[in-house]
Amino acid sequence: MGVTSYSQSMIKLGLCTLVLFLAASSWAAVLPQDRSDALYHSYNGDGVSIDGPSVLLRKKISDKVSISANYYVDSISGASIDVRATASEYQEERKETTLAADFLHNKSILSLSYTASDENDFKARSIYLGLSQDFFGDLTTLSLSYARGQDEVGKTGDANFIEQADRQKYGLGLTQVATKNLIMGLSLENISDSGYLNNPYRSIRFVDPQAAKGYRFVTEIYPNSRSSNALALTANYYLAYRASIHGEVRVYQDSWGIKGRNAKLAYTHTIGDEWIIDIRSRIYSQDKADFYQDLFSRENEFNFMARDKELSTFSNLSVGLSVSYEKSLSSTATFKKWSVNGEVDHIRFKYDDFRNVLAEGAVGEEPLFAFNANVLRVFFSVWY
Amino acid sequence: MMTGCATKIEPWVKPYERSHLADPIMSQGRNPVTASYMKHVLEAREGARGAEGGAGGGCGCN
Repeated sequence: MGVTSYSQSMIKLGLCTLVLFLAASSWAAVLPQDRSDALYHSYNGDGVSIDGPSVLLRKKISDKVSISANYYVDSISGASIDVRATASEYQEERKETTLAADFLHNKSILSLSYTASDENDFKARSIYLGLSQDFFGDLTTLSLSYARGQDEVGKTGDANFIEQADRQKYGLGLTQVATKNLIMGLSLENISDSGYLNNPYRSIRFVDPQAAKGYRFVTEIYPNSRSSNALALTANYYLAYRASIHGEVRVYQDSWGIKGRNAKLAYTHTIGDEWIIDIRSRIYSQDKADFYQDLFSRENEFNFMARDKELSTFSNLSVGLSVSYEKSLSSTATFKKWSVNGEVDHIRFKYDDFRNVLAEGAVGEEPLFAFNANVLRVFFSVWY
Repeated sequence: MMTGCATKIEPWVKPYERSHLADPIMSQGRNPVTASYMKHVLEAREGARGAEGGAGGGCGCN
């Protein structure tokens, strides 16, 4: 906790210093391009199917201001292993709306956004503030961000259950042009949560010789605060035949004891002016939270107890492919360019200390859980 | 000790040398609608959060 607090203080000090530095500077910056995207997304894995649309619209309303709006829907059916162990499958819908604006001011970019997410038992509201600026002849870009969110957590079937959670994020990014073919990036983000951080539908299990199965379930108990730090390094390298390689590594640590790390390698290849093909692979692993166990010895063994598989020790490996067809139109036409895109990722999750209680086995010796997921995106984009 | 502070740092990659850096294929987040979706997919299923996708683009040559 001491290290985390120190890191957070250093990030805040750095942000304040950089805000003062950037406010006194002036270099080039550009607003995002005007474009619209219509996407269909689909996730299938661990007994859960989630799909829906996402529509993003972005338009400059002057040479200094760009506004955007995003409408996103998750239609969820089925139930993950955690839910199937204690309850039945369900269906629900989550709708998310984001309104954002980017301001070009004194050659720096100020970004603001507001996001509202609603489902029948969960409501989230968040604001985002970002500042980025190029300097050193546009070779270096510094970006700072702050986000604050508030969640209202409910529970289906219990109208009296209403809990709150508060979330804050501090971000610092540095992008550096290293050569005419290489850009490198560093990103640091601190996130602090407080309030009700449980999932009200998740349960721990504990040994009970009197129970039919030899164990029983009770609701998890999480700490009411969590602070995390993540550091990422990226590199993008341009190859002579209009292709590129992207590499990324990230390390993560939080006050719950979770330590994570991931690495990604991607290759982008073009065919003519119209086809862009991406292939990628990513590997992720994490160590469990201090208060996670697959099986506890008794009901109130510890102050905090979790059996959420996202807090367990596990790893995943993904491979992905994207294909885009882009068609440029006349620069004087209303629409400058359009593209049709398809993306698919296959992810394999393997858990080291989360067991499949739906499978046969002695208590605490059931097979370890694993599952595969497929993630599909199909979208159409137009630039104007 | 202080003489270094007076040294002017000259950009070693000139604006006219940045066509490769400005190419959309140099940005993993060139399609924001799908980049934010994949961030959401992973964040919901992994304990780690934050600093996804690195620091983003930026070469002053969009």
